[in-house]
Amino acid sequence: MSTSPVRNTKVMNRFDLTSRLVARLKNEEAVVGGIGNTNFDLWAAGHRPQNFYMLGSMGLAFPIALGVALAQPKRRVIALEGDGSLLMQLGCLATIATLAPKNLTMVVMDNGIYQITGSQPTPGAGLTDLIAVAVASGLSNSSWAADEDDFERLIAQSLVTDGPMLIGVRIDDKPGTGTTRRDPVQIRERFMHGLGVRQPL
Amino acid sequence: MAAAETAQSWHEIVLQTLKRNDIRLVPYVPDRVLTPLIRNLHADPFFNVFATAREEEAVGILSGAWMGGMRGAMLMQTSGFATLANVLASLVVPSQIPLIMFVSERGTLGEFNLGQSLVCRTMRPVLDSLAMEHHTCTRLDEFEFIADRSIKQAITTQAPVALILSPLLTGGKTFDK
Repeated sequence: MSTSPVRNTKVMNRFDLTSRLVARLKNEEAVVGGIGNTNFDLWAAGHRPQNFYMLGSMGLAFPIALGVALAQPKRRVIALEGDGSLLMQLGCLATIATLAPKNLTMVVMDNGIYQITGSQPTPGAGLTDLIAVAVASGLSNSSWAADEDDFERLIAQSLVTDGPMLIGVRIDDKPGTGTTRRDPVQIRERFMHGLGVRQPL
Repeated sequence: MAAAETAQSWHEIVLQTLKRNDIRLVPYVPDRVLTPLIRNLHADPFFNVFATAREEEAVGILSGAWMGGMRGAMLMQTSGFATLANVLASLVVPSQIPLIMFVSERGTLGEFNLGQSLVCRTMRPVLDSLAMEHHTCTRLDEFEFIADRSIKQAITTQAPVALILSPLLTGGKTFDK
């Protein structure tokens, strides 16, 4: 991709970043993992009752997290999404900017490929700047993480900041580390227990 | 029409039934027929009502809200429902999420747009193929019963429901509009 713009952002690893994120969660924050590798690495980083793993409905990690954030305004909600997924549902950025939930953190993991289907390039790979798209959508608190330390700084900041925040990370082409157990009812029920909405029988 | 002066309109019934069932979150993609309902929902501080860019997005929001303990319902028209097969089959139905949908029915009983009439024919086969509960609401005198009971059933059985608002109920959209 010789035509790619030069970026000062380091290419990082999804599992490493997800693990760093999870290690910082001390207040039962909800985490919504997007379809495929994004939630596989969330699973591999260590299951938490406040994790929701998407098994389908590509592109809906941010909307699902928005719904959780609206329902539980005192809980910080974090959504992890891939660049291909976000490209399917760019309109949600405008919705989130308009509703401006105080407790929503979004992370877009950008490797420019549909890794899980054979690493085909996503449209606009290396060209479309998803953080610029987010800013133009009205999410002014959006930025690329320069490296791992910067990612951790941005996450820490988002956990104590009022308002939606979006963090972009460039990641490598590695597949997910684990594989989420594909049991949608149990995933949903455990998540509701984790959020205090339900009690186990 | 003396009785009609005291009877609630279809959209007043929707609003009151949502409120009675503590359904506060109402994302929508608009439709001409839904206009008075959307306007009245916006005017009532009980509701958190807003437009989404796409119907699928509203399904995601309501699914997250349900898991977080907040009830909601979405409003759309027939062509919007036609965009939902994937999210219904891959999120709502397998996760047992009581998604409550109001669909303003276009494409029948006087449709003037061929594309709308064709997309309308896809709606019930999609609902039936997923064994989803759905009702076509045609009569004002039955509407509150259907809406209230269907919402309660969706929540208690953790299953989605589509309430299809027929032009027989709403008057529909006519060529001059």
